[in-house]
Amino acid sequence: MADNETNPVPFRGGGFSHKPSFTVWMMVFVMLILFWEFGSNIGFISNLVLPAPSEAFNAFLQLIDSGMLWKHLRASLQRLILGWTFGTLLGVGVGLLIGLFSNVRAGLSPLVSAIFAIPKIALLPLFIIWFGIGEGSKVATILFGTFFPTVIATYGGVDNVDRSLIRMGQSFGLSRLSIVRKIIIPGALPAILSGFRISASIGIILLVAAEMIGAEFGVGAYILLAGSLMATDQLIAGVSILSLMGLSMAWVIGKVENYFLKWRV
Amino acid sequence: MTGIPQSLPSSFFHFFIFMDLQLNNITHAYGDMTVLDDIDLTVSGGEIICIVGPSGCGKSTLLRLMGGLERPDSGEVLLLGEPPKSSLNPLTYIFQDFALLPWRTVEGNISLALEDHPISKQESRKIIDDVLSRTHLSDFKKAWPRQLSGGMKQRVAIARALAVRPAVMLMDEPLSALDSQTRELLMDDLIDLWMRESFTAIYVTHNLQEAVRFGHRIVVLSRRPGRVREIVKIDKPLSERGADNEELDEVQHYLWRLMRDDARAADRELLNG
Repeated sequence: MADNETNPVPFRGGGFSHKPSFTVWMMVFVMLILFWEFGSNIGFISNLVLPAPSEAFNAFLQLIDSGMLWKHLRASLQRLILGWTFGTLLGVGVGLLIGLFSNVRAGLSPLVSAIFAIPKIALLPLFIIWFGIGEGSKVATILFGTFFPTVIATYGGVDNVDRSLIRMGQSFGLSRLSIVRKIIIPGALPAILSGFRISASIGIILLVAAEMIGAEFGVGAYILLAGSLMATDQLIAGVSILSLMGLSMAWVIGKVENYFLKWRV
Repeated sequence: MTGIPQSLPSSFFHFFIFMDLQLNNITHAYGDMTVLDDIDLTVSGGEIICIVGPSGCGKSTLLRLMGGLERPDSGEVLLLGEPPKSSLNPLTYIFQDFALLPWRTVEGNISLALEDHPISKQESRKIIDDVLSRTHLSDFKKAWPRQLSGGMKQRVAIARALAVRPAVMLMDEPLSALDSQTRELLMDDLIDLWMRESFTAIYVTHNLQEAVRFGHRIVVLSRRPGRVREIVKIDKPLSERGADNEELDEVQHYLWRLMRDDARAADRELLNG
């Protein structure tokens, strides 16, 4: 061992953490579309297998020109908003009851777990018998589908509220209602909102599934028709609309989170 | 012991109203495990009682029993005298983990303690401004808890406790989550607060230095099941208890000698055993 030799300490840290980069994301996206378009043009990707992005875009423009886009979109959004709103409202309500009262929990939580696992789309024929072939059954499918994950997210959130905060509330003589309103609900809100994210995507999935049965208008109906005609360009256009719907819902929920959870980092 | 003021403060903005707290034969168990055994203690108005003892001796349980957050298996906790009307919450806690709502600002956290009482907006704003200035927090009114250091968070919790004009302050290791410098500063603040207007407090700690600095009487509990082993009285007034005080060091050593074997035994005990 030479004692007059000096070496810098080798660096062994760093890594294993992520920095978000919008440029990289855009580049990947643009490259993918360009590759796809280019591949379709030179015949590397057969038009039968996958239409070129420009064709799908043309189908989309056609949809706008014919005025059908708004008809489909309006029908779909109406179902989605009705079903999701009532599903999540009821879900938050029932979730709070399960979170707050032992008897309700004992009675309902096994039931919720049991029904949660059933794909709601399998129940669609029943819903059609109960609520009719029209809007009722479609809204009901979305309502039921979004209700259960919201219940589970809500009472999970209530369970995770810091007990020491509740004890603090009691020690200051706060009423039970005040403790629920000012401590438990705000404490459970992050979990409830992430439940909303999940239920929004579930809502869109169920929307399409429900619209594939007996709907004249709706993005799902449009996709189903395109599929049965093997009009793959329209199919891609329809699927892109769904994707955009999902993105905008996530964006809205993100804004809501920023507003209500501004106390977090 | 320092003189305990006899007269009850009467003006509305007096923060502390004296009341005696009496514990008679308190015994408490969690399942088969007795944590407290036959505790008798009387706390008189304006006095600070420190409770020390080895870990797991039931110090914090005792404090929870005193404030009515838990019910003793046997024995009783009594408040002597009618709680004064101006006290919104006669028995008020200060917790080790501060217990601030992260979704409320400093101001909002203090207002939480006032909202359930019939107080006008103006009045509650006045109380909030007053307690914030007493705890040197006026500039941080709109800050979120996450922006504050541990010491500042505990100051907010102290301000919140002052806002409800307690008769007895129940302090559960209030400085234990803080680093030693902050602890020193906050201890000075607490002593200042008591000097300006004396209050009744029960101060649970495992830190003997804090106990001899702040307590008029120090209750030493034995290891589980907790019994009162000895009550040590310190006559020196709080104002004269600066650092490097030989007399206090001696008391501290005495307390440690009392606790040492118990602490060692408690340390070697199996949890939930």
